[in-house]
Amino acid sequence: MFLGTVVYALINSIALALMAIGFNLTFGISGVANFAYGALYIFSAYTSWMLLNLLKLPYLLSAVISILLTALLGALMYRFVLQRVRGQALSEVIATFGIGLAILELFRYLGFVGFEYNLPVFIDNSFFILGAFVDMQRILIVVIGILLISGLWIFTHHTSLGLAFRGIAQDERTALSLGIDSDWIATVAVSFGAGLAAVAATLIIPLGSISPGEGYEVLIKALAVCIIGGLGSTGGVIVASFIIGFAERFTDAYIGSHWTMMVSLAAILIVLIVKPSGLFGKQKELEERI
Amino acid sequence: MEKRKERIDRGIKARSVDIFALSSWREMLYLAAPRLIPIAGFLILPLILGLYWQKVLLSVAVFALLAISWDILAQTGMISLGQALFFGMGAYTAGILNHYWSWPPLVAIPAATLLGGIICTVFLLPVLRLRGIYFSMVTLIIPLMLVRIVEATKIFGGTEGLTGIAPLPSKWIELYLIMGVLMAALFGFRRLLASDYGLVLKAICDNDRSVINAGINIYWFKAQALFISSCIGALTGAFMTHVYMFVGMPVFALDYSILPIAAAIVGGPGTLAGATLGAFILVPLSEILRGIGGLRIVFYGLFLVVFIVALPEGIFHYVQRKYNQFERWVEVE
Repeated sequence: MFLGTVVYALINSIALALMAIGFNLTFGISGVANFAYGALYIFSAYTSWMLLNLLKLPYLLSAVISILLTALLGALMYRFVLQRVRGQALSEVIATFGIGLAILELFRYLGFVGFEYNLPVFIDNSFFILGAFVDMQRILIVVIGILLISGLWIFTHHTSLGLAFRGIAQDERTALSLGIDSDWIATVAVSFGAGLAAVAATLIIPLGSISPGEGYEVLIKALAVCIIGGLGSTGGVIVASFIIGFAERFTDAYIGSHWTMMVSLAAILIVLIVKPSGLFGKQKELEERI
Repeated sequence: MEKRKERIDRGIKARSVDIFALSSWREMLYLAAPRLIPIAGFLILPLILGLYWQKVLLSVAVFALLAISWDILAQTGMISLGQALFFGMGAYTAGILNHYWSWPPLVAIPAATLLGGIICTVFLLPVLRLRGIYFSMVTLIIPLMLVRIVEATKIFGGTEGLTGIAPLPSKWIELYLIMGVLMAALFGFRRLLASDYGLVLKAICDNDRSVINAGINIYWFKAQALFISSCIGALTGAFMTHVYMFVGMPVFALDYSILPIAAAIVGGPGTLAGATLGAFILVPLSEILRGIGGLRIVFYGLFLVVFIVALPEGIFHYVQRKYNQFERWVEVE
C-alpha cells in the first residue's frame, strides 16, 4: 500500500510538472499569465481525436499535427489579442480567460462529451513495480517528462533562442538594445507554452477521457504548481509538483478523495500569504506586498 | 498634411458643471438628465415589465450591485477575482439565520449583510498586504476552496444545501427593495468616492507608498474599503437566498465572480455608473441569448476579448466624453 502510493505519487508529480511547465514558461518569459492554458490543452486533445477518428490518420501523425496546430493557435492569440493589451495584467487575465471560456464552451456546445472521446495509449502493456500495477503509458509519462524538462533546460541555457528568452525575462529593455525583438520572443514563448500544453495532453489524456471540464482543472493545477514553486521558476515547478503530487496521492489514499483538491488549494493559500513569490521565486518583496 | 483630433469641452458643460451658473431649463436638464433618467428607469421598469423580465431585472440589479462592489475594491487597488466569496458568505449567513433560527427575511437580510461583511473582511485581513495579481489569485482560490469544504464536511446541508427558506412578503417588495438598494449604493458610493475619503482610496490604488509617506495608515483604509465592498456583496447574496428560497454550493459558482468583472469592464471601470450600465447590458443580453444554449457562453467569452482589445475604457467613459466634449480635426503645427 505504502510503496504503491509512493510509485503513483511519483508518476502524478511528473504528470503535474508536465501540465505546469508550459504555463510557467510563458509566464516566465513574456509575463503573460495564460488563463487559456487549460483550453489549449483540451483543444489539442480534441484536435488529435478528430484527426484520428474523422480523417483516419495514423495516431502519431495526428498527435504531431495537433501539437503544431495548438502552438500556432497560441502564436495567433498573442499576435492578435495579447500584444494589444501587453503589460496590463488585469486585461491580459480577462482576455485569455475569455478565449479559454470560448474554446471550452464551444466544445461543450458541439457535444464533445462522453467516454468515447478518448485517445489510445501508445503501447498497451503493464508491469508490477514495487508491488504496484503500473501501465506503459504512465512509464512513458515519466520518461518523456524527464526528457522534456531536461531538454527545455538545455534549450534555455545553450541555444541562442533560449538565451534570448531568458534575456527578455531578466531585463526587457537591455535585451531590446541588444537587438532581441521582444514581441517576437513573446509570441514564440506563448506558442511554446501552448505546444507544451499539447504535449502534456497527448501524454496524459489516454489515462482518462477528454471533457471540457478537464480544461478548468488543468488550469487550476498548473496555477497551483506555478504559484507554490514561484511563477517563472523552472526548479520551483519541479519541487512544487513533487510536493503537490505526493500530498494529493497520500490524502487520496489515507484521508479520502474528497480532500484531494483541498490540499493543493490550501497549499496555494498558505504560500501566497507567507511568501507570495513562491518557494523558489525571485524576491520582489515590494511588488508583491506592502 | 497631418491632422490630430482635438477635444474641447462643450459650452453648456463649462457653464453648468464647472461654473455651476444655471440660467436656463436646458442647462438644468443637461445636469439633471443623466441622473434622473436612470432613477426614473429603476422606478418605472418593474411596473411595465412582464413576469419573466421582472425576474431578469432582479438579477440585473444583483449583478449591478456585485459589479459596484467589485469596482469599489478595484478603485482601492485590490483586483478581486472572487466576488462569489462575498455573495456566498451573505447567502449562507442569511440561509443559516433563517433555516436554523427562523429569523424573518427582513431581519435576516440586514443581519447577514453586516455579519457576512465582517466575516469576509476578517477572512481577507491577512492578505490585505498582498498587491496586484497575488491578491487576485487568493480571491480566486478562496471560493473554490469553500465549495470543497462544504462538500467534504457536509456542513449546512452539504451538497444539497438548505431548502425551505422563507420568501420575501411579495414580489413588489422584492423588486423595489433591490432597486432601492441599487440606487442608494450607486449614488451614495459615487458621492463617497468623490469626497476626500474616496480620494485617499484612489490614491492607494495609484501609489500606495506615497500614501504611507503622507502619514496615512493604508491598511486601515484598505480594510474599510474591503468591508464596504463585502457588505454590498453579502447583501446581494442574502437577498438572493430569500428570493430562491434556497442556499447551496452554487452560490460560490464562478458566474458570481466573472459576470460582475465583465459588467464593470464593459461598462467602464472606476465610476460605479459604468459597472451598473454594464450589468444592464450584459445580463439581459445573456438572457436573450439563452435560446442558443451553451453557445451564449462562447459569445460571452469572445465579447469580453473584443471589449478588452477594442474599447478598454468601457462604454460609460465613451458616452460621457461624447456628452461633455466635442471633437474636431486640426492641423498639426
